[in-house]
Amino acid sequence: MAEDLKCRECGKAYSAQPAAMCEECFGPLEFNVDYSQLAGILTREKIAQRAKNMWRYRELLPITNVPAPGASIGFTPLVVANNLAKHWGVQELYIKNDAVNFPSLSFKDRVVSVAIAKAIDFGFKVVGCASTGNLANAVAAQAAACRLKTCILIPSDLEPAKITGTLIYGANLIAVTGNYDEVNRLCTQIAERYQWGFVNVNLRPYYAEGSKTYGFEILEQLGWKTPQHIIVPMAGGSLITKIQKAVQEFQKLGLIEQSPCRIYGAQAEGCAPIVNMVKQGLDRLRPVKPNTIAKSLAIGNPADGIYAARVMRQSGGTGESATDDEIVAGIRLLATTEGIFTETAGGVMIAAAEKLIRSGKIPPDESIVLSITGNGLKTQDAITGSVKITATIKPTFQDFQRTYEQGGEAWQ
Amino acid sequence: MAVAVLIPTVLRKHTAGKDQVAAQGASVREILRDLETQFRGFTQNLYAEDGDLKPFINIYVNEEDIRFLQDLDTPVQSNDTVTILPAIAGG
Ligand SMILES: [Zn+2]
Repeated sequence: MAEDLKCRECGKAYSAQPAAMCEECFGPLEFNVDYSQLAGILTREKIAQRAKNMWRYRELLPITNVPAPGASIGFTPLVVANNLAKHWGVQELYIKNDAVNFPSLSFKDRVVSVAIAKAIDFGFKVVGCASTGNLANAVAAQAAACRLKTCILIPSDLEPAKITGTLIYGANLIAVTGNYDEVNRLCTQIAERYQWGFVNVNLRPYYAEGSKTYGFEILEQLGWKTPQHIIVPMAGGSLITKIQKAVQEFQKLGLIEQSPCRIYGAQAEGCAPIVNMVKQGLDRLRPVKPNTIAKSLAIGNPADGIYAARVMRQSGGTGESATDDEIVAGIRLLATTEGIFTETAGGVMIAAAEKLIRSGKIPPDESIVLSITGNGLKTQDAITGSVKITATIKPTFQDFQRTYEQGGEAWQ
Repeated sequence: MAVAVLIPTVLRKHTAGKDQVAAQGASVREILRDLETQFRGFTQNLYAEDGDLKPFINIYVNEEDIRFLQDLDTPVQSNDTVTILPAIAGG
């Protein structure tokens, strides 16, 4: 497959290189290959025979070689969520669960594996990123397995589990006393000076394509069908655009029928620049100063925001936001109904889905997919105050019996 | 009044490869106007059709994004640093 970067704004074509911005108009570069010659060649049967990981769609990714440590990434469960469906009064509800993605328990493993494959192709010895946590975990883990050095930048107030989950891999981790947008600015300046492979800066066009596999898997796991509604959490706004791209590429290849798929974006109320843009019908994104417990979504000036808004508008979806209390309630609802512990971003998405369903924007008799992109063990700080031990007792049977028989409402 | 302006790689073709230049002006808009006078074509692709800065370009006065200040009308003083950078996403 010929490699080809193209400007999303003016269409200027570029050869394969570590670059993210058009020299002419400053628009973002996108890896954009017309896969139509694969129609009839890349078939459902061919894909279905392959190993259950994201590389089963390798012809649709900008890679030549898969680094061995990344070979098991993807093909996470699509869970039939009957309990939550009943709770909301809807008929057909699924959860795409990247809380259990390999190796670092978030969908970022997908994008990083593509970016690191390219970093190796381009000859970089150091890889890095600006991150709100999950990306840092994914880069640190895969860089260690590929024997690459790292330079990872995060806001210094990140959840401790996300910091430990980066440091354990031996990463060079720089904590910056500022919000993500400030970390991002600094990272861009560093990337300008040092010739390193920053996965979400100069490797961004390749990195972003990895997100498509999340969408491909949903379509295949539904039985080569498009769901009528997909709800997606948004930080930088990239994932939602790549889910739409996944649907379009499968349609072009004839792997699925053309049928409408409404795509909805969820953000925390304390950082909802893209949702605001959609709800208020604005052409331009107004950046905000983030203030939310959903730190992984706390990007106040999301670079893909305008494209994310376009996906929602074009597909017939919309945006919805959630308060910090609703986020915590969302995390608990998913855990107590489906036994899936998601992070704050998942709580945002659950709370937004509930509002979209309760308000009738999503009809109860149509198929719905919820996008879970990260694991709750990483953001436990957000919920520890809202859960408590049923009872603490001495190691005697009498103590247990008394506690149980007098327990009343403490027993759920 | 001269301020230091940091130039990103994509714009250095206009500044003979220099990553920092001096420019005159009391606001970001005036600084950009001066840069256009010094380096013809410098601002040619910076603005959207409505005259606003394109969303793919961020400009900072010292450490703050001008979209949180007074946008192109943000005042600048002689010891300020103006930084022009491409916008990137993340997560
Ligand atoms: Zn362009």
